Amino acid sequence: MRLNVTVNGRAEAVDDVWEGESLLYVLRERLGLPGSKNACEQGECGSCTVYLDGVPVCACLVAAGQAEGRAVRTVEGLAEGDRLDPVQEAFVEAGAVQCGFCTPGLLVQAHDLIERNPRPSDAEIREALAGNLCRCTGYEKILDAVRLAAARKAGAA
Amino acid sequence: MDFIRATTWVDALAAKAAQPGAVPIQGGTDVMVEINFDVRRPPALLDLTPVAELAEWSERDGVLRIGAGVTYARLIAELGDRLPGLAQASRTVGSSQIRNRGTVGGNLGAASPAGDAHPPLLAGDAVIEAESAARGVRMIPAAEFYLGVKRNALAPDELIRAVHVRPAAGPQYFAKVGTRNAMVIAVCSVAVALHPGERRVGTGVGSAAPTPLRAAEAEEYLAAELDWDSGLPAPVAARFGELVSAAASPIDDVRGTAAYRRHALAVLARRTLTWAWNDYRKAAERCA
Ligand SMILES: Cc1cc2nc3c(=O)[nH]c(=O)nc-3n(C[C@H](O)[C@H](O)[C@H](O)COP(=O)(O)OP(=O)(O)OC[C@H]3O[C@@H](n4cnc5c(N)ncnc54)[C@H](O)[C@@H]3O)c2cc1C
Ligand code: FES
Ligand code: FES
Repeated sequence: MRLNVTVNGRAEAVDDVWEGESLLYVLRERLGLPGSKNACEQGECGSCTVYLDGVPVCACLVAAGQAEGRAVRTVEGLAEGDRLDPVQEAFVEAGAVQCGFCTPGLLVQAHDLIERNPRPSDAEIREALAGNLCRCTGYEKILDAVRLAAARKAGAA
Repeated sequence: MDFIRATTWVDALAAKAAQPGAVPIQGGTDVMVEINFDVRRPPALLDLTPVAELAEWSERDGVLRIGAGVTYARLIAELGDRLPGLAQASRTVGSSQIRNRGTVGGNLGAASPAGDAHPPLLAGDAVIEAESAARGVRMIPAAEFYLGVKRNALAPDELIRAVHVRPAAGPQYFAKVGTRNAMVIAVCSVAVALHPGERRVGTGVGSAAPTPLRAAEAEEYLAAELDWDSGLPAPVAARFGELVSAAASPIDDVRGTAAYRRHALAVLARRTLTWAWNDYRKAAERCA
């Protein structure tokens, strides 16, 4: 089937999509956007998190056809040209990236948290990121990064 | 495989009637796991997410009608004050991403004994609105909806339109045992809902029998024993816990043993009743 979907602001028409395919597969294998990662394909790890009509979801659990006519924003769509989003900058500076596999999903999820709640408490950060697994960092630097990004955004506002 | 996009409820019912083997999909948080892992290869997926009315809720004559497509995230944000038990249960579902997508309708469709929406729906006397093109609307009380492990009362041509439930008339609580605060399938769970007008306490038990269930004897015991104008005697709370536990028929599995589940159910039931009762008494004393 053909899928019409807007990805990172660009209207895309994707052909030969299998009816049972996930949005994650479409993004990675058909649109050449490998930022969203595929680790578990069962909603457990959060590494495939993308915005679907402005709401963060696991792309592995969205049937491709459910994205018809909708807008998707992936980690590739967070930066503006060469300028990283403050959340991305904070992850780099705080040392929150090791192997980097979990990072794209965490960036989208943390981006959403700070948009909705510019001054999240530690408990709120943990709650928001509870569905994003990281095997490397032990999470402390990730929490640092989110605190830093939130403080910067609040300061700039 | 076909992919059917229903854009109206009438179309959805017609599509389900024409192809009863089509699998409805809303949040996809159950369906897509099965497809990704090749556990299920249905002839068709019937996407209900474009059906706008499924994602709406309304209140009329003191009853909430919650569309099958309302997500957990919206339920918590928009109905948390009116349905605290269901909102508490919703907060324990998966992760933020899962709650942004998963729906009570999907929980009912999957009818897992571990589904977290079921205990509060049972405790709150919820009624499921099912509909088919051929026979129209059928109202199914939650207590009659769960027929077996992952089996519900829907006919092959029926879809879930909504859940009907009264806003809480008294305190409600849900408690669940799991290994962490997120992403856990319940080892077991209990919901209680106080119905002060009827001097009755509703119950729901999850993950401790082939289906979610009400603890009928425990409810009858409280109806006979409770003095609604005084404190909750510890022996009554303890006996209630025992009766809730006795209503279950748990099994040993990877998440826990039957014996552990029995013990935990008694503790959760005693605790949730005590919390609810304390809230109720506090409110009653403030009014007095
Ligand atoms: C990582 C992860 C964690 C999870 N954690 C929990 C948890 O903690 N607690 C819990 O209870 N569940 C949990 N689940 C399971 C799942 O999220 C819930 O069961 C959810 O309520 C399903 O809703 P959905 O809209 O995504 O359903 P879908 O996957 O779209 O559908 C589920 C079932 O319902 C049927 N269905 C959907 N809509 C209708 C309708 N309108 N009429 C008739 N049938 C319909 C479908 O055909 C399917 O059989 C988890 C799942 C994942 C992937
Ligand atoms: S790949 Fe989607 S949550 Fe793990
Ligand atoms: S940095 Fe390796 S999984 Fe998180």
